[in-house]
Amino acid sequence: MRVTSSRTRLLGWLTVLTFTALAAFSAGCGGDPGYNEHELILATTTSLNDSGLLDEIVPIFEEEAGVSVKIIAVGTGAALRMGVEGNADVLLTHAPAAETELLEAGDVISRTLVAYNDFVIVGPSDDPASVQGMDDAANALANIFAFCVGGPCEFASRGDDSGTHKKELALWADVDIDPADIGDDWYLEVGQGMSATLTVANQRGAYTLTDRGTYLALSEDIPDLVPHVSGDPRLLNFYSVMEVNGDKGRINAKAAEAFKVFLLREDVQELIGDYLRERYGRPLFIPAAGETEASVSARGGVTN
Amino acid sequence: MDLIWDGIREAARLWWSGDGEIIEITLRTLAISSAATALALGVGIPLGAILALRRFWGRGLIVAAVNTGMGMPPVVIGLLVALILWRTGPLGGLNLIYTPTAMVVAQLLLSLPLVVGFSLASIQSVNPRLIGQMWAMGANRLQVLWLLVRETRLGLLAAVMAGFGAAISEVGASMQVGGNLAGETRVLTTATVLETGRGNFEVAIALSLVLVVLAFLVNLVLTAVQQRRPVT
Repeated sequence: MRVTSSRTRLLGWLTVLTFTALAAFSAGCGGDPGYNEHELILATTTSLNDSGLLDEIVPIFEEEAGVSVKIIAVGTGAALRMGVEGNADVLLTHAPAAETELLEAGDVISRTLVAYNDFVIVGPSDDPASVQGMDDAANALANIFAFCVGGPCEFASRGDDSGTHKKELALWADVDIDPADIGDDWYLEVGQGMSATLTVANQRGAYTLTDRGTYLALSEDIPDLVPHVSGDPRLLNFYSVMEVNGDKGRINAKAAEAFKVFLLREDVQELIGDYLRERYGRPLFIPAAGETEASVSARGGVTN
Repeated sequence: MDLIWDGIREAARLWWSGDGEIIEITLRTLAISSAATALALGVGIPLGAILALRRFWGRGLIVAAVNTGMGMPPVVIGLLVALILWRTGPLGGLNLIYTPTAMVVAQLLLSLPLVVGFSLASIQSVNPRLIGQMWAMGANRLQVLWLLVRETRLGLLAAVMAGFGAAISEVGASMQVGGNLAGETRVLTTATVLETGRGNFEVAIALSLVLVVLAFLVNLVLTAVQQRRPVT
């Protein structure tokens, strides 16, 4: 009996301690069951966050709107999922097909093009698969496939359901190749972010598909990789903003709309276009408010 | 090699220039991980003591669970805490996701099994006759616990170091539940991941060095306490 009672008392003491700790945790939030109207959760892609653009423009919005923005940088797949689950207020991603599905399913109430840039196929400078200068990106991948299977060279894939990964898979589909299906001696699924994948490609002398921004930012550290293929309209990389449907509950729809309007505003579009333009001698992001994927694609791809 | 030297130089430069951001991140890292460790000690040492001294039904299961928890991957804890704290999760209404508090909770859950496990092992190694003597001399439960803590100082400080080490070094859970928000939840490990992702390897190396030096200093102090001769 004595054993039981002492244990009960100690456990009781522990319970009190645990609840005190929990109370201390929740003290700061006031126990408000709804969303915080001064807080906006922005789910976005790592590549956009890594570029540093958001650090440049988001503080301006925070000051103007009196809203603090929580930028959650994850893969595009995860960012879109956060929207579907109602765990983010606004999404900024680059996977047009998957985004359109969300719009059609009613998970987001709007989807608007903000800016674009392009993807580039980079690879070792000796270019074993001879793709340098090709203007058809999918055919270039077919070349890499034909030459690299068996092991003389490799292709590094993001393999993480990101926007870049989705783009890569779409290009393979255009030439009816399922790379993951055909041996693994030439196809590396890195499963990490763009810079990690570029670092792997650089170390292994592999080809990869990258967004231009991350490639430019990293180019000094990956001297063995050079751009081989660009300019195909299919390599255009479209960034769109989406407002999550307020019906999901606890969504700060007002701030989400304000953020969308902010991104499309003329002066902000100008900031986006000027970002790091001087350092790289070319814009990292091309503003596209008021345009559509179709109208941009009709002008052709981005050329070097 | 150049890159490594650049990193070391960058670390020195960031420190000597008193870079506001790196100091802020360092202080935040210390605050969050210390809070998590302190809570883990408050809950874990008594829990370890109970598991060491009492025999009751289900004790074996709990000890096995604690031992499993000692090797729990941070991402698993992070995912669990995130699922609970997300707006749509069971505790979503608390608005705790992407706050330092959420990180304290995750790190607490990570270091708790280590603290319990280490205290269990060290208290269990105390000669049972000594404990019997304490009771015989009329000590109450808190006095016994306090005497045990003094008696097993070596093992318990190892528990502190292991718990703090687990909390400060993990990155997966902090990323998931903290979100790596600049000025709010960015700590040394998540900042290192970010700078690596941005290709700023020098800054990443600098942040890693700060983390290692910080962990070393904390452990130096704890080791000094641990190895001090007993005052008795």
